[in-house]
Amino acid sequence: MSRFSRSILVLALAGATSAGFAFDHYKGIGRQATPAEVKAWDIDVRPDFKGLPKGSGTVDRGQEVFEEKCASCHGTFGESNEVFTPLIGGTTKDDIKTGHVKGLSSGDLPQRTTFTKVATISTIFDYIQRAMPWTAPKSMKPDDTYAVLAYMLNLAEIVPADFTLSDKNIAEVQKLMPNRHGMTTDHGMWPGASAAKGGIGNGGKPDVKNTACMKNCKTEVRIGSGLPDYARDAHGNLFDQNRSFGPVRGIKTGGAAAAPVVATANAGSGPLDLATRSGCMACHGVNNKIVGPGYNEVQARYKDQPDAAARLALKVKNGGQGVWGSVPMPPNGEMKDADINTLVAWILSGAR
Amino acid sequence: MVDIVKQPGRLRRAPENFLSEAEVKAVGEGRRDFLRKSFLTAAGAAMTAPMLARASEGDANILQNPEWTTTLGQPVAVRPYGLPSKHESQLVRRESPGLTRVGAASVSFAPLQGMFGIITPSGLHFERHHQGWYDIDPARHRLMINGSEPAFVKQAKVYTMDELMRLPSVSRIHFIECGANTGLEWGNVAVPTVQYTHGMLSCSEFTGVPLKLLLDDCGVDYRKARFVLAEGADGSSMTRTMPMEMVESGEVLVAYGQNGEMLRPENGYPLRLVVPGVQGVSWVKWLRRIEVGDKPYATKDEAVHYIDLLPNGQHRQYTSVQECKSVITTPSGGQALLDKGFYNVSGLAWSGRGRIKQVDVSFDGGINWQATRIEGPVQNKSLTRFNIGWVWDGKPAILQSRAIDETAYVQPTYGQLRLVRGTKSIYHNNAIQSWKVDESGEVSNVQVL
Ligand code: HEC
Ligand code: HEC
Repeated sequence: MSRFSRSILVLALAGATSAGFAFDHYKGIGRQATPAEVKAWDIDVRPDFKGLPKGSGTVDRGQEVFEEKCASCHGTFGESNEVFTPLIGGTTKDDIKTGHVKGLSSGDLPQRTTFTKVATISTIFDYIQRAMPWTAPKSMKPDDTYAVLAYMLNLAEIVPADFTLSDKNIAEVQKLMPNRHGMTTDHGMWPGASAAKGGIGNGGKPDVKNTACMKNCKTEVRIGSGLPDYARDAHGNLFDQNRSFGPVRGIKTGGAAAAPVVATANAGSGPLDLATRSGCMACHGVNNKIVGPGYNEVQARYKDQPDAAARLALKVKNGGQGVWGSVPMPPNGEMKDADINTLVAWILSGAR
Repeated sequence: MVDIVKQPGRLRRAPENFLSEAEVKAVGEGRRDFLRKSFLTAAGAAMTAPMLARASEGDANILQNPEWTTTLGQPVAVRPYGLPSKHESQLVRRESPGLTRVGAASVSFAPLQGMFGIITPSGLHFERHHQGWYDIDPARHRLMINGSEPAFVKQAKVYTMDELMRLPSVSRIHFIECGANTGLEWGNVAVPTVQYTHGMLSCSEFTGVPLKLLLDDCGVDYRKARFVLAEGADGSSMTRTMPMEMVESGEVLVAYGQNGEMLRPENGYPLRLVVPGVQGVSWVKWLRRIEVGDKPYATKDEAVHYIDLLPNGQHRQYTSVQECKSVITTPSGGQALLDKGFYNVSGLAWSGRGRIKQVDVSFDGGINWQATRIEGPVQNKSLTRFNIGWVWDGKPAILQSRAIDETAYVQPTYGQLRLVRGTKSIYHNNAIQSWKVDESGEVSNVQVL
């Protein structure tokens, strides 16, 4: 036996042993999470309030926080429909008693607000803490989260104006949620064990039963609804949304309200990209008002004012209201001055 | 010669190439006789004498070799990451005007009306973001696995992309459909084309590690931890609950690959969850954390949204499975057939409960049905392409497709669904879609009960 083949044999044996271990345990992959790491990311709060941080906040404090950090998008009373569907409204004192929002079945609700649907206050606490304010998620301290939630509960007339919400009483408040009995899990669309076996729902039993009839399945064709004319035109020119060759063509429709091609994201580092990254585009369109004025309107207003750039940079940094309406712009204090100046110069030069 | 001219696609060019915009509109509005007449005038007026002479000999595209046949083309790697043809600019992701108020919490729809087979090109995959998308630095991305009780895992662990990509991987083709796909149509017809009725639907080959492998690696106590929470790394840190049974089946993947490349940023680069058969919201993008627990979590997107309103005012909560569904994509709403004669009618079928077994098509609004050809191999919880030949006689017709999955569930009609769920469910509309073809050849969206 040559030296060469002997060493191969030794290697092969060594390989066989370590492979045996590798199957129970992927050695060298992953490491233990430190307690601080788990604490930093494990922020979820369940309906039984597992995960709830300690803290408290009053309705009054909540109003301050809400006006400063939330009202620009949701309206002072959580009623705004501008950026998202309203948070508050549509619930009654009677709903708080019954735990069923009556408007959901009577059809009287013009719109389903957050509080007409949600059964668990834990959900809203978890969500605000994780995702709001929309442009600065995870910036809320627990006490301020309790406070804005207390304010929202007061707006929905679930708690009085002198209420303090805390980790101690939040479970009691959950028992007053107007739609707390409004959920059912009796359906077949949970992809796991049934409720009877510790899971959710009926174990996958569908709620409708069609048959695979092939011939003379019915005597008449009943058309329930057709495409209204306005809808035919509401998505732009369909001709431009189909190939220019092949078995069919798009029909010519619409015009002005073209379904916008989703703009290719600016991968570079231009001002639009900076504005997008800095969250400005959530509230300003280049050519349209969203929460704040369109950049075209800003440019038009200040085009003959040489000192506008400096003033606007300060305004962007500190926030403020009253020039375009009562809705305030939140401060952008954490941004670099150079970036703010770049953005303001870009806006004043037409945001192109 | 006269015969050739009458046949579309031979010497005659498609209407938009020689009709004025107003005239094409007239065609679109159904005045087909007008089309025939104006073709004759257009041909007479626009064609110069030599062109006419040539036309009598045959197609200029054949008689005169075009520049791509007679000159040198471009070298390799001019476009290091290839792009679609410049002639394909029409089929792109689009938003539905008025559907949402801000673009970073919105949807863009995939152009199903022009797509083939079952794989969605990654650049056309539908988008749904709640708080904008990021192109995350993979070197700084981490996946954490922990328990709602520390005792539910032997060890809470952190993995880097380097580590995840060393583990044994699988590649599987699955569809992803937003729970709200076709949601605009619960009450009545609302949108014109299949892009907007069904375009929150895509299908890719995903590559990644079964989540079960990672949970085993952390030593999960499967007797106690029967629920799994997934969480994203974006601003919304989207969270959703799923059943441990699905993870145990080995189907749930922690995926980094999509159609042979890495995930696209809009689809969760560098890591997303793949939950086959379940609505898209559960396929958490930019996946940063998995928590195993003993109870469901009632997160915002399972307690305020993705709950299905019933006529009695109750909401169904934790509805997750995308039930069996299908749609004809060619021809479909907003298109026009160019002429009478043969067409390959083609569409997609899928089921969150497994494989597609059969797809039937009706041309008379559901009175009679014919089985279609299913393009195999049929995959589990994947889009499945079906095709059937059809000769259009120029008369009005209503096209429908009806899918049946391996559990023998038959896709329902609007009438059947509304009887149980009313019209305000928003989510999980899997009704049979109908496309009406009128005498002009225009195809439009209608609902047959
Ligand atoms: C810059 C605009 C903006 C600001 C500021 C803002 N939000 Fe929001 N909020 C949104 C948007 C957009 C959504 C919807 C996100 C989505 O689609 O997932 C939302 C959703 C919510 C929801 C869930 C509603 C539902 O029905 O899904 C709550 C609750 C909420 N916000 C509370 C707050 C609170 C409290 C604050 C202040 C601390 C705040 N928001 C600040 C834009 C904003
Ligand atoms: C939460 C919504 C919101 C965000 C985010 C936001 N703005 Fe504004 N912005 C507003 C509102 C509302 C106004 C109108 C304020 C007023 O009436 O004085 C405004 C006004 C402005 C103005 C005109 C100020 C004036 O006095 O005429 C400029 C310039 C501007 N914003 C730039 C920016 C830039 C740059 C960013 C990103 C760094 C940004 N905004 C982010 C809401 C917002």
